[in-house]
Amino acid sequence: MTLDQLPKSQPAVIKRINTEQVPLKLIEMGCMSGSIVEVLQIAPFSDPIYIKVNDSFVSIRRDLAQQIEIELI
Amino acid sequence: MNSLKVALVGNPNVGKTSVFNALTGLNQHVGNYPGITVERKAGKTQLSKEVSAIVVDLPGTYSVYPNSIDEKIALQILFDEANKDYPDVVVVVADVENLKRNLLIFSQVKDLGFPAILALNMADQLEQKGISIDLKALEQKLDTRVVLLSARKNEGIDNLKQSIIDFKTLSVEKMFDLKQIDATYFEMLEQLYPQHNPYKVWLTQTNTHRFEGISPLVSSDTSLQKNESEFKKMLHKETIKRYQLLGALLNEVYSIDTSKAKDLRMRFDRVLTHKIWGYLVFLMVLLLIYGSIFELAAYPMDFVDGLFGDLSAWASATLPEGKLTELIADGILPGLGGVLMFVPQIAILFFLISILEETGYMSRVVFLMDRVMKPFGLSGKSVVPLVSGTACAIPAIMAARNIENPKERLITMLVTPFTTCSARIPVYIIIISLIIPQTYLLGFIPLQGLVMTGMYLLGFLAAVGAGWVLKKFIKADIKSYFIIEMPTYKMPILKNVLLNMYEKSLSYIVGAGKIILALSVVIWFLGAHGPSDTFGNAEKIVTERNAAMDEEEMQNKIAEYELESSYIGMTGRFIEPVFKPLGYDWKISIAVLTSFAAREVFVGNLAVLYNLGSDVDIEEDSGTILTTLANEKRSDGTPVYNFATGMSLLMFYAFAMQCLSTVGVMKKETNSWKWTIFQMVFMTGFAYVVSLLVYQFLK
Repeated sequence: MTLDQLPKSQPAVIKRINTEQVPLKLIEMGCMSGSIVEVLQIAPFSDPIYIKVNDSFVSIRRDLAQQIEIELI
Repeated sequence: MNSLKVALVGNPNVGKTSVFNALTGLNQHVGNYPGITVERKAGKTQLSKEVSAIVVDLPGTYSVYPNSIDEKIALQILFDEANKDYPDVVVVVADVENLKRNLLIFSQVKDLGFPAILALNMADQLEQKGISIDLKALEQKLDTRVVLLSARKNEGIDNLKQSIIDFKTLSVEKMFDLKQIDATYFEMLEQLYPQHNPYKVWLTQTNTHRFEGISPLVSSDTSLQKNESEFKKMLHKETIKRYQLLGALLNEVYSIDTSKAKDLRMRFDRVLTHKIWGYLVFLMVLLLIYGSIFELAAYPMDFVDGLFGDLSAWASATLPEGKLTELIADGILPGLGGVLMFVPQIAILFFLISILEETGYMSRVVFLMDRVMKPFGLSGKSVVPLVSGTACAIPAIMAARNIENPKERLITMLVTPFTTCSARIPVYIIIISLIIPQTYLLGFIPLQGLVMTGMYLLGFLAAVGAGWVLKKFIKADIKSYFIIEMPTYKMPILKNVLLNMYEKSLSYIVGAGKIILALSVVIWFLGAHGPSDTFGNAEKIVTERNAAMDEEEMQNKIAEYELESSYIGMTGRFIEPVFKPLGYDWKISIAVLTSFAAREVFVGNLAVLYNLGSDVDIEEDSGTILTTLANEKRSDGTPVYNFATGMSLLMFYAFAMQCLSTVGVMKKETNSWKWTIFQMVFMTGFAYVVSLLVYQFLK
């Protein structure tokens, strides 16, 4: 399962991040393997999404979220 | 006197610029969208009686690895010892709320070998946010000085200053062992560059910065020779390992009860990022902004306009007759009035925009608008340039640096000048006042305000429409990504808002005003002088032709003839055929032509032009710009500013590229004459065609 499929308010843990596609900036903001992630809001047309990860509040596009593998907890 | 060099670094939205303001007293702007501090910001501060310092405020970043061209340039000062801003000491400003993330860059700065002070901002909100920190233990763990401060309340600044003075007592021990990323690789680097700072060696290998005396490793051994993709993995790993280090370190000294802060955020976000309410609120905010520009600013504007009309009349009546008086009464004063009458609008606009930035609301707009903007080749981040463009295209185009995707950035820069900048407001207000009746729709919606809102909407539609077309022609070669932080909602700091408003108004008066005033004087000069055979003999020629006229009519005829035969009249006549199909007479043609330097000269120039023609009967009407224009008649007795000509002018000013400064900025930002000229041609060509159609249709 990837982050773009995660429904709102359902916590998950990040399993793997595609380092080729995901810029360092997102990792620096705390979005890394092992972190708990939660979707707080989804914009109309399902893009972008607004997530909370490692105490950071970040908005990313769906294409980037597809590069992040997660597991429900 | 001792002078130190201090660099301020830290994450975006931590109030770093507020700390900078508190230190230097230099009045600067604190914004909430990422990367607002793009240019070099430096200021002087007096640390004590003996010691002063130059403080440089770096753009907000999450690490020392740059994410954009802008950050790359700014971060140079931490790497390059020859740079004049290379700091003696670095102050890392951090937010108490997300300390772990804030400390990432702290650990990197320390590993570069700098004495680094940690300044914890917003310390006055510790309790409110449910945070507890063991300060002494934190200092020990980080091996440095930690200063609690509140830039908002101006607390802790003296403490910070003292810590900067004492920077030599700080440890420069490194925090993170790079061998945790890849033991063999970094052991080998250590052997190869024994006398160098290991972190600098690593930054050289990853091509972050080329340090003096360190060369990138070239090896035939594949286990040591890393390719780009491997470096990427290692950089990710470095970040993760640093987080782990910092997490373990903070575990013992820092705790936060997140439920407290989250509540407020959730409550606001539920409405402001909602798929219906969010857009409605945004629309209301826009209406509020543009409505207040029109309604609130009307009174001070009328006052300034009237004042300069009176001053001009007074000057020509009181001062001794002669060229100097004419220059003052007909050139300088109307020109100055044309500059100052728009200060109220600009002040109100910037007041409201900076409140939106300060509160954190702007990032929510970016979130809501991203998907909407995407089909037009733009990103949510383009909203920032497009909204700033309603103030001025110049800072707006520069704000596009923030957009990582080159294609989206280029399109944003190309279409931003379509948005209704403040320089268009004077033109719109005058024309709308002339052609739209001052009535209320349904009894409460002011028709003029509605048309004004419509002009803003038109500018925005032109921008996105152009984006949609350009998207099909501009190739993209780099994959885009979009990451923005959603900052905590904050009460705006009134001082910052007011200072920003003051600064922007002042820069308009000084920057644009200079050009407007100079052009006003040039136009007056060209209008008050002409070839001696026609212009010089105006009185004789007119008297001979119209012997039967009475005195007053004769004086008017002479003045009119003088203006027509002056240098400016000749120019106007010459270019009139170009603008005639658009419904402009030669006076308007001149005003339009001179507007290609800057739009806002239009009104001032018209005022000067008409004052030249009517200076004989000042006593009759003190002559505000508006009444002068409204009374201007064509040869058949109908007003010059009828609906068709007015609409045609509105369209021309909405679309044409009439701003030399914007052209200059485009060249600088795109580094390409091709795109700069392309923009000029397509905007102006489009403007001409639309105005032509509108006039021909309405006439």
